[in-house]
Amino acid sequence: MMKKLFAKLLTKAASQNNRLFLITGDLGFGVLMDYAEQYPDQFLNVGVAEQNMTGVAAGLAFDDRVVFTYSIANFPTLRCLEQIRNDVCYHELNVKIVAVGGGFSYGAAGLSHHATEDLAIMRSLPITVVAPGDLWEVEQATQAIINRPGPCYLRLDNTSAPTQDLSNSSFQIGKARRILEGRDITLMAIGGGALHVAYEAAQQLRELQIDCRLVSMHTLNPLDKEEVLDAARQTQGVITVEEHTIKGGLGGAVAEICLESGVLPRAFYRIGLRRDYGCIIGSQAYLRDQYKISAEEIVKQAKALLT
Amino acid sequence: MIDTVSLAKKMRRHLVEMTHHANSSHIGSGLSITDLVAVLYGAVLQIDSKNPQKKERDRFILSKGHAGAAVYAALAETGFFDSSLLQTYCDNGSCLSGHVFHKGVPGIEFSTGSLGHGLPVGAGIAYGLRLDHLSNRVFVLLSDGECDEGSNWEAILFSGHHQLDHLVAIVDYNKLQSLAAVSETLGLEPFAEKWRAFGWAVVEVDGHDHSELLKTFQALPVQQGKPTCVIAHTTKGKGISFMEHKVLWHYRAPQGDNYVQALKELGGE
Repeated sequence: MMKKLFAKLLTKAASQNNRLFLITGDLGFGVLMDYAEQYPDQFLNVGVAEQNMTGVAAGLAFDDRVVFTYSIANFPTLRCLEQIRNDVCYHELNVKIVAVGGGFSYGAAGLSHHATEDLAIMRSLPITVVAPGDLWEVEQATQAIINRPGPCYLRLDNTSAPTQDLSNSSFQIGKARRILEGRDITLMAIGGGALHVAYEAAQQLRELQIDCRLVSMHTLNPLDKEEVLDAARQTQGVITVEEHTIKGGLGGAVAEICLESGVLPRAFYRIGLRRDYGCIIGSQAYLRDQYKISAEEIVKQAKALLT
Repeated sequence: MIDTVSLAKKMRRHLVEMTHHANSSHIGSGLSITDLVAVLYGAVLQIDSKNPQKKERDRFILSKGHAGAAVYAALAETGFFDSSLLQTYCDNGSCLSGHVFHKGVPGIEFSTGSLGHGLPVGAGIAYGLRLDHLSNRVFVLLSDGECDEGSNWEAILFSGHHQLDHLVAIVDYNKLQSLAAVSETLGLEPFAEKWRAFGWAVVEVDGHDHSELLKTFQALPVQQGKPTCVIAHTTKGKGISFMEHKVLWHYRAPQGDNYVQALKELGGE
């Protein structure tokens, strides 16, 4: 699980850096306990109070600390958005916001727990936005975020793509990871659930003799412009995949870059939420299928784009 | 220690000049906190105008950021920057914005403006100072209307629970908020009891009485193991007769006869 790996890595990092601090908004049962027990002086549970959590994090970071805030879904982002904007971003503080449960990770919990607008909203702020797609990326991103000065948002998912052993030369925030080379079409995914279905789709497309490029766009802010333009220039179409609304997230960011650069992909499609809030709940995989964030849909759209 | 009464007088004159020049709002809020800010900057805060970022310093956050002009005036008069900068207040390209702004302004710890942000941040700073075994205090000045914001009550609960006795919240209780009286809008009473119920020690003072303020601030913390809330009973628009107790001067800038009269009442030409 991404969150357990993250917690393990952060615990190790805390042992090496006594200025590292973790605040939770009363969540993390079975996840943060080791950290809390081993480093009580670098840990705080502020209770169910996300605005105060973020303000306190800013205050702690004010005196040279790297402060992580931790909660699930929209609670550490949307609930305290103005604290992130004014207190953290405007003051350029070393606060790292961690949301576990990107997209439909907590699908059965209901709409309040679906993080489906966070990427678009967070990317409009001057903050690094990272959503790892597999466990290797979680490991790399956690370390990179600790070392990166300034505000960061780390979006973790309950799904990880099975791509952790593929093409892992180096990890750099703001640099996309090309997992599979290909010349026909590019699938560009952000986050665990999206990379999972994009990888599945890439394999199916390859079986259909479609040479599919697969890119994990783990960093949304700053976005790897060159990788986007390469995809537009070198392949016959670009499909973005995100477990998130199609408005303003990865698809929006890619479209902005292409249009403004005058490098238009021959064909383009955004896989993501295209409907307003529904009335169904279910597992992460079930909801992805319901909302057509699936390998099947990607393959269908890819074939349509290439005809 | 400097003469805080004369500092306050200079600050009030700056407030009139600044809001007149900028044709900007909130002079009433500035006058309301002038004596509090004068006593803090003149006699209480352990800060060094020559080294404003020194780690061992008291921190002051103006959470009611709209009264920033009063703090700019205090900083200029206590040597953080030249008072000529005050003449750029709200000008195009200036760093002195209507709501208190830290970038490019020595001595301002934290930018605010949206209400309900200062106390959580102050609580975080206080928590960090304690972790670092520093005995410096954190002062956060709030407005009464600002206490409508739920984020404050999250921070009040937090600070009481963690016994942050080097944290001091000062409430500028002038009983007027943006559109009408606090009691008509969203009553705070019993106010002191609310803070006490959240684990704070509370003192109520006359927010314009310098000796009472000084005595209060020199006796901090009021109670070991508890953060202190100073409820300062104040007068909005204090010091200029026609502005006192008037919501209008939350918005209006002194111009024409009002400007002349205001300066005259403050002993200027």
